[in-house]
Amino acid sequence: MTLTTPQLLLTIAALVLGTVATRFLPFLLFPPHKKTPHYILYLGEVLPYAVIGLLVVFCLKGVSLVAAPHGLPELIAILCIIGVHFWKNNTLLSIGGGTLVYMLLVQYIFV
Amino acid sequence: MEEKKKRRKALKAAFPLTIPVLTGYLFLGIGFGVLMSTIGYGLGWTVLMSALIFAGSIQYIAIALLTAAFNPFYALLLTLLVNARHLFYGIAMLERYKGAGKLKPYLIFGLTDETFSLLSTTEPPEGVERKWFQFFVTLLDHSYWVAGSAIGAIIGALIEFNTKGLDFVLTALFVVILVGQWRSTKNHIPALIGLAATAICLIFFGQTNFMIPAMILILAALTVLRKRIEGRENV
Repeated sequence: MTLTTPQLLLTIAALVLGTVATRFLPFLLFPPHKKTPHYILYLGEVLPYAVIGLLVVFCLKGVSLVAAPHGLPELIAILCIIGVHFWKNNTLLSIGGGTLVYMLLVQYIFV
Repeated sequence: MEEKKKRRKALKAAFPLTIPVLTGYLFLGIGFGVLMSTIGYGLGWTVLMSALIFAGSIQYIAIALLTAAFNPFYALLLTLLVNARHLFYGIAMLERYKGAGKLKPYLIFGLTDETFSLLSTTEPPEGVERKWFQFFVTLLDHSYWVAGSAIGAIIGALIEFNTKGLDFVLTALFVVILVGQWRSTKNHIPALIGLAATAICLIFFGQTNFMIPAMILILAALTVLRKRIEGRENV
């Protein structure tokens, strides 16, 4: 443990504040009695799709394509997840199975 | 008495809908609890974080913050960035949460990716009051998340095993959401913009500085391509 208890509480408070802010802000900016601009409604429709793309890349930011194993464990695990999800459409199976495949790959094969 | 009956009815209608989230959250929560225990934080801290923050992705990212130097401002900025997508969930739920009254603050607090995905697409069954239905979906999801984290913290304290690669559970979650979204719409331009803009910014700005440029580039691309994207909606 590197943080003291007050430091830890402050860090958690920052995480709570950031999360609450992003969740409440739209409701404060666009109260029920006012009409929400079309542009904002458009963004509300398309951004959820774009942001998931952003988050997938964010998760993979530390992967090096130049150095061994050239992102192979990630690529294999992601292909497994996509395949299993298209096949069974079961969230738990896709997440659990994909994570297990990745753990086996990095612990036993690409050590 | 009448009010009590209404609530029980809403709970009964909400539960079956939340079963996919139950399994997903238990697994993700367990992963979080186990990872917290590997960096030295036990049941109390884990449950506190899951109950108060209730945002899976930022909690996983926070594990790295808890092992780094103390910097609450960076923690806040990173949370705003990672959770910025919630702004858009809120925008999409403005109309749906209109009649929630005193339950509304809790509904907004608990508007996670998964709760959003359930409540943005599902109407309560006939005869079930909407706000209580929304409340119980949110409350059930919240309790699955806390319970999963607690189980993970206990497992992590009892069993020692090689957790290398366990943090991939977060990548797996986002890939699964991406696939689910991909199948739910024929318009893939927004998803492709998200992937491409972020990858480009990662290459040009590097690992530590790419998030803000990526968000700006995504907004710019969505704005420039608005006509094309809207033209293809409901195709």
